[in-house]
Amino acid sequence: MALSMKIQASSLIAGQRRVRPMTGRRAVVIKAALELKAPPYALDALEPHMSKQTLEFHWGKHHRAYVDNMNKQIAGTPLDGKSLEEVVLASWNGGSPTPVFNNAAQVWNHTFFWESMKPNGGGAPTGKLAEAIVRDFGSFEKFKEEFKSAGLTQFGSGWAWLNADKSGQLSLSKTPNAVTPVVEGKTPILTVDVWEHAYYIDVQNRRPDYLTTFIEKLINWDVVAERYAAAQK
Amino acid sequence: MAFELPALPYDYGTLEPHVDSQTMLIHHTKHHQAYVNNLNAALDKFPELKDLGLVEINKVVGTDKLPGDVATTIRNNGGGHYNHTFFWKVMTNPSNTNGPSGAVKEAIEAAFGSVDEMKAKFNAAAAGRFGSGWAWLGVKEDGSLAITSTPNQDNPLMASLPDSTPMVPILGLDVWEHAYYLKYQNRRPEYIAAWWNVVNWEQVASNFDAAKTGAVLL
Repeated sequence: MALSMKIQASSLIAGQRRVRPMTGRRAVVIKAALELKAPPYALDALEPHMSKQTLEFHWGKHHRAYVDNMNKQIAGTPLDGKSLEEVVLASWNGGSPTPVFNNAAQVWNHTFFWESMKPNGGGAPTGKLAEAIVRDFGSFEKFKEEFKSAGLTQFGSGWAWLNADKSGQLSLSKTPNAVTPVVEGKTPILTVDVWEHAYYIDVQNRRPDYLTTFIEKLINWDVVAERYAAAQK
Repeated sequence: MAFELPALPYDYGTLEPHVDSQTMLIHHTKHHQAYVNNLNAALDKFPELKDLGLVEINKVVGTDKLPGDVATTIRNNGGGHYNHTFFWKVMTNPSNTNGPSGAVKEAIEAAFGSVDEMKAKFNAAAAGRFGSGWAWLGVKEDGSLAITSTPNQDNPLMASLPDSTPMVPILGLDVWEHAYYLKYQNRRPEYIAAWWNVVNWEQVASNFDAAKTGAVLL
């Protein structure tokens, strides 16, 4: 019986492909490693707000290393072949994370971050999301202040997040290092990386300037709105 | 009596090429200065804490000596001010560095087998600290040398923190990305390796002699 290969395109976030030969005679499963997904724009496309050099290091070295190291860690283990989300949740291990978690969560977080931005981004959201922001924060200006404050007050490395629950209620959170709201049962719809590697080439110590630029010039509100709608399904 | 940013014991370019001058300038005048400013602001309402001095302030982190609303700010900025003040001093002109000798060398060999084995353990602690933090060589309460790493601006003086290895630091390395990103970017192991070229072993020896009597030099 001829071997036929079924390629399963898994979640968009992971960019994962699992290549599994389907045969009745012998179930041989070849597991391909999880892949480094490219940002949905060229590495220089966010200039002048985020430099090409930053993207080359941040995506090309940091994000790539998380993927490579995670793959090395899970090869030949029960996590091998699982989706990225499954690896993140399993390695979180109920709050006592295994060594896999830092890498897996950072793979997830960074893809989510690239997709939260776009060339000529920023501006303001519209529609249901805009209404929810006014309802839950008082105004769009207030939301921007509080999001920036979350990013500024995350001491050391970490992330700031805008989350939505099933009822459409919005909330802000901040997490250290690799921690992600996904493991806290929340549904993030926007993130900003506040590890120093995210901004040091461009603005050095000036994290406030980085956050202002992110908010005013980089946020992809279309994607955030899509995620917001999906959170309520 | 407010805390002040101490002067660097050398020029911004002295540690080149191992630690670049732009990093030293920003690290000292921006990052360390901010810790000093924030610490002073937090202690403004608590003059009795200010009078404890920087070392003692660090030692009481994690105890009820620090009022709840400023405890975290003091941990982060009191830690940051001590750590960086300590750090500038354990570095020196690369032409001045010869490696440890005398009592501290013997102690290193006793604890780790050799200086190289100590460096390997220290490098692992520095490279393995995920996120921001520091690697330390210090004297434990029993007088022996040990290596540990701490997150963010914590340090081994903060004996009351859970998971702490209480020590008097004699050597420390900043592995926050701001300490190396302009020159090394993601290549932290390269930074760590280069940094050994600027270690001030005389200061390490002084720190060690003081630590053996239970004192913390600053």
